Amino acid sequence: MSRAPLPYSPKILDLFRNPKNLGRMEDADAWAVAGNPACGDMITFYLKVSENEVIERASFESYGCAANIATSSILTEMVKGKTLKEAWEISWKQVSEEVGGLPSVKFHCGVLAVGAMRRAIREYYKRKGKTPDWLPKDITFEERQALEEEELAKRLAKRIGGSSVA
Amino acid sequence: MGDVEELIKAHGELKREVYLDFENSSPVPGEILEVMLPYFNRVAYGNPTLTHKPGWEAYEAISKSAEKIASFIGSKEPEEINFTPGETEANNLALIGAALRRKEKGRKILVSEVEPLSILHVCRMLENYGFTTVNVPVDEEGFINLERLKELADREVILASFMAVNNEIGTIEPLREAVEIVKDKSPEAIFHTDASDAYGRVRFDVGRLDVDLATISSYKILGPRGIGALYVKGGVSLEKILEGQFGTQKLWPGVENTPLIVGFAAASEKAFSNFDGNVAHMARLRDKLISGILNGLDGTILNGPLGDRRAPDNVNVSFLKCEGESLTVELSLRGVYVSSGSACTRRILQPSHVLLAIGRRFEEAHGSILMKVTRYHTDEDIEYVLQSIREAVSRLRMIYGSMGG
Ligand code: FES
Repeated sequence: MSRAPLPYSPKILDLFRNPKNLGRMEDADAWAVAGNPACGDMITFYLKVSENEVIERASFESYGCAANIATSSILTEMVKGKTLKEAWEISWKQVSEEVGGLPSVKFHCGVLAVGAMRRAIREYYKRKGKTPDWLPKDITFEERQALEEEELAKRLAKRIGGSSVA
Repeated sequence: MGDVEELIKAHGELKREVYLDFENSSPVPGEILEVMLPYFNRVAYGNPTLTHKPGWEAYEAISKSAEKIASFIGSKEPEEINFTPGETEANNLALIGAALRRKEKGRKILVSEVEPLSILHVCRMLENYGFTTVNVPVDEEGFINLERLKELADREVILASFMAVNNEIGTIEPLREAVEIVKDKSPEAIFHTDASDAYGRVRFDVGRLDVDLATISSYKILGPRGIGALYVKGGVSLEKILEGQFGTQKLWPGVENTPLIVGFAAASEKAFSNFDGNVAHMARLRDKLISGILNGLDGTILNGPLGDRRAPDNVNVSFLKCEGESLTVELSLRGVYVSSGSACTRRILQPSHVLLAIGRRFEEAHGSILMKVTRYHTDEDIEYVLQSIREAVSRLRMIYGSMGG
């Protein structure tokens, strides 16, 4: 219940100040949202993909804390020039390392960024109507976390109106 | 994880800074610090219970401070002022001390659902020891629902705790009415109020209100942190909650912190020396800030009431499509320091319980910003804050973008 002490890394502060690849992508080949405004955490991840399944561009929109914005931003950089398979394999831990480490209460923000990116990749294949064999059938940890957060938001939202107290 | 020193360096130099996070901590103004300084090493540095000059000096300084503070809350007996290390400790002492002392008489505790966590969490702890807590709801401006209180109060109630002014949304509670209702239903019940956000800003008189216990805090009136007090009406007895060597403070053991106590009294004197003038100044800046935000930006909601029913220092606004934690960081980069009730500022994904209690939706609570103005703030400060908020909100809303929609 305590408030988190949040010693962000200078890198997070820098990315928060100057996010790269910010904004809606009109010509995206696929995009996905993860999170829920009820949790205060939401990311939209856009992908522009070439014929040979290489990510040409990625961009994001974010509603959330400074870590949410920073991890989304760095992820758009990290996936650039990678094949969809390579991008898929980026874990939230790598994202965390790339921003100079996340405070533990902010792990889930990095997880959400990866969850949004993977959803966008699934969306891409869905639109193409194909399923590469490397694409896991079951949802991965990062995607499940996004899902759980969305469900938690729903549950919490339902409890408003009750008399529960933080 | 990042090195904080580097973070501060990266944050950079600021040409202007306006601190408004008086809810959570306060800088000590020079004029108060000056009064405190001699007490660290020049006078009254002894233990006030001992028989030597520095001890007697300390005893005198503490008694004088208690006398002043007692007079400001309408108490005639300085012994009714019990110094504690802060609001949290005073609230713990009040609730646990009263519940333990009354446990043979009953088990029911009444509180409002917008009490600070140093009340609500203590209640939860007491529930593990066989007490029951009943939460009284509030309306959409944060006022205690007195009709519900009438229904919920009965002879079983041994203890009631209702804050005088809400710390998050500034609601000035109908305390007198609440005391009457509780005492009417249960004359033996102890009535406690956390008056930390009333003291020095909203008229508050323990005699007129007829409360048994009242918590006040030093840093909330620009005194030093680490000191507060519990007013205990003469004749009301509490169980101690800490054991050890007791000195001048009958309910709190340990060596008295004379410089902080003196600082608390000095801060009180400053707040009360031109009370009406200070309050008028704060209320004017408060309204300037509120109307500047509500009129200057779309998607904004005021949390809590307006005008005389609101504490003169409190501003709490929700910004839609703006998450509050990133707003605190963004404003910090512009030298404006505020706090937020967003879930992202807490360990669990749940926003301020006060904002939920007044019916705010989660996305509204997440975008909330809490600010408090003081007698030291100027019109230029408020104009700078307004401009910074406009810029910060529009940048964060740009990051929000269309959100895929
Ligand atoms: S987005 Fe809510 S904690 Fe990071």
